[in-house]
Amino acid sequence: MKQSQGSSTALGLLSQYDRGPFFCELTSPRPDGTADLAAILTRLNSLDQDSLRRRTALADKEMFDLGITFTVYSDKDAIDRILPFDVLPRVITAGEWTRLEAGIIQRVTTINLFLDDLYHDQRILADKVIPADLVLGNANYHEFMRGLKVPCGTYSHVCGIDLIRDQAGEFRVLEDNARTPSGVSYVVENRNLMLQSFPDLMDGAKVRPVDNYGLMLRQALVDIAPQGVDDPTVVLLSPGIYNSAFFEHVFLAREMGVPLVEGRDLVVENDRVYMLTTAGRAPVHCIYRRIDDAFLDPEVFRPDSMLGVPGLMGAYKKGNVAVANAPGTGVADDKAVYAYMPRMVKYYLGEEAILPNVETFICREAEALQYTMDNLDKLVVKPVGESGGYGMIIGPKATRTELDEFRAKLKADPDNYISQPMIGLSVCPTLTDGGVEPRHVDLRPFAVTGAKTAVLSGGLSRVALKKGSIVVNSSQGGGSKDTWVLE
Amino acid sequence: MSELLARNADSIIWLARYMERIENLARILGVAETFARDRSGANWLPVVQINADGERFFARHRIADAQTVPHFYILDPENPTSIISSVRAARENARSLRPLISIEMWRQINRMSSWMTGLSANAVSPGNLSALCTEIKEACQLHVGITEGTFYRDQAHYFYHLGKNLERADQTTRLLDIKYHTLLPRPEDVGSPLDISHWNALLKAAAGYQASRRVLAGSITPKSVAAFLLFSDSFPRSVILCVRQMDWLLTQLRSRYNLRGGGEALELLDELRAVLSDRNIDDVINAGLHEFIDWIQKQLMLIFAELREAFCPSR
Repeated sequence: MKQSQGSSTALGLLSQYDRGPFFCELTSPRPDGTADLAAILTRLNSLDQDSLRRRTALADKEMFDLGITFTVYSDKDAIDRILPFDVLPRVITAGEWTRLEAGIIQRVTTINLFLDDLYHDQRILADKVIPADLVLGNANYHEFMRGLKVPCGTYSHVCGIDLIRDQAGEFRVLEDNARTPSGVSYVVENRNLMLQSFPDLMDGAKVRPVDNYGLMLRQALVDIAPQGVDDPTVVLLSPGIYNSAFFEHVFLAREMGVPLVEGRDLVVENDRVYMLTTAGRAPVHCIYRRIDDAFLDPEVFRPDSMLGVPGLMGAYKKGNVAVANAPGTGVADDKAVYAYMPRMVKYYLGEEAILPNVETFICREAEALQYTMDNLDKLVVKPVGESGGYGMIIGPKATRTELDEFRAKLKADPDNYISQPMIGLSVCPTLTDGGVEPRHVDLRPFAVTGAKTAVLSGGLSRVALKKGSIVVNSSQGGGSKDTWVLE
Repeated sequence: MSELLARNADSIIWLARYMERIENLARILGVAETFARDRSGANWLPVVQINADGERFFARHRIADAQTVPHFYILDPENPTSIISSVRAARENARSLRPLISIEMWRQINRMSSWMTGLSANAVSPGNLSALCTEIKEACQLHVGITEGTFYRDQAHYFYHLGKNLERADQTTRLLDIKYHTLLPRPEDVGSPLDISHWNALLKAAAGYQASRRVLAGSITPKSVAAFLLFSDSFPRSVILCVRQMDWLLTQLRSRYNLRGGGEALELLDELRAVLSDRNIDDVINAGLHEFIDWIQKQLMLIFAELREAFCPSR
């Protein structure tokens, strides 16, 4: 493959491209040796940069017009932003995907088994595979879920597994998102955009479709419907139009063909849930909720929540309504629990983890804390409860003062932190102002579980658009790419 | 899914009302140069009067003129009756309806909103006003066309048209109420060029100029224009036509979708329709046009309240 790349890229789009010391998702030889991306590379290389740039601008405008946006709130304004779309795709070969898919299913299965165990017998705590106080003291552990039988034993119906690829080309799990992971709408809309604005890029490439997600999700929700309900009414529960991910809620409701409801549209009577319609009350059987646990039901969680439905958890406990994801899944995707995941795979399935973790030091453990303190300038340190890339420090890129300040924070509250070596994230050719340059990417595939787990053949590839940056979050200058899983 | 969320029914009625309101206001402002001129010369006050905004307007501006009124009614985000406020409200409703309305409907409203948000004060200056009003009007008509061509014909569609006809009837009565009084000529002005151009402007503001020419031929009088706007069988903005539409829409909703509510609204509509069918313009003017219009507006408000109570209950 190296040879074919050499000859085909001599003059084209990728001729100036230099991936540096990193693994490149398009141009590096695959470690498994099976892939051949020569045809795709030749095609990409033949494209005209100015034309791509023009069409990217049009595609951005179209996303804005269509409201494929997330909302950023400042003190007085609400600004709709698009997730910038980079036209050059990220490609996953069939062989890579087979392994990824198996690894994701293994991981999600483990997460669900762990939650089922935790909310029933707690064998794993008795066997001391994971420290009891780590989970029982976790704010996302809900005692009221204890002993509750959930349909199909599934807790995390929609799970997003964040993966990165290191310099050797090895995929590693960076984070599990077992609560209400977002981003799947971009997977599908990016593909729509690609097909609409850049059909020449995809011409002849055998890429697996992603537009079946709505049906996958709907099927999972039907799987978990209360017993005896043949044709369940499914709804998507959203916090409403002011939520920054509202577009995704619209997208999912549309793709599933179900009503998008807010808490105020639902009432509970005699432990049954109804929605208010023009014809009166109509029963609701399955709820895909995009509201955090804390706001679900003011009678159980935060009493000041205006977004939730009083009595919802009562109906849930009676088995009259299914809720996905189940309350209390947050205990499984905590960054500290994450570190134990390979041991949990072994414990529940008797298998080695197919997808390795990133090496993780749990700062609540004295030895790990000492190591982290001593090597702060070489490590990435993250608070366990935060998401969105906030509150973390990237040691090798921090100033002396920043390191000293962080060391003090870490010392004051070590339980709140984990640390990891800095991984040289893989890159992908990306259209920048300075031409086609390498930018770091990650990957979030989505797994949907009802009676069984299915993984959408694609994923959200987020790209850090700033040169050298490894922070891919949309709130911090990240964009996204279409992700091609090849046949 | 065949159910319609009560909240969505409310939003769809409001979406239709806002879009209709924007179109009407753009039309009034577009002819205001002629329309607003009274016997003493240019005066933009009637525009403020039609919308019953006197108090709020004069809290912000000293005089009603060609600078202040268009700005107040098109670009002022602090004015809840401005076009930009209505556009934002329409977009907000459309946004909550995105799973229901067509993607093309949403896209057009979203684009209209970002276009209008980006307008500068210069866009409403006297030289640009007329062109801007035409663009706004056409954006509304684009909405109407996209809706006709893409909006799935289920309950939501009926509620949409209920809202639209309700707003239309209301707008026509407002226009007539104010202008009939300000335009009633002194005996020496009857038939004068100025008088005629006033009535023409009123008809243009109601999008009825062309049609009225055909129907009324040479007899453009206060009475014939009032009769046209209230009772025309064929003019799409006449009050009676809007009321008949609402009556039909509500009847359809109740029978096709087995909606039990709305009986009171239907009774009110039947009564209003009967009165509009029975009266002729001489009766109305003898008994007082203003009083008659006032009664129609009150009936419309009651009908709206009944509709919302019947179909859009909240928790």
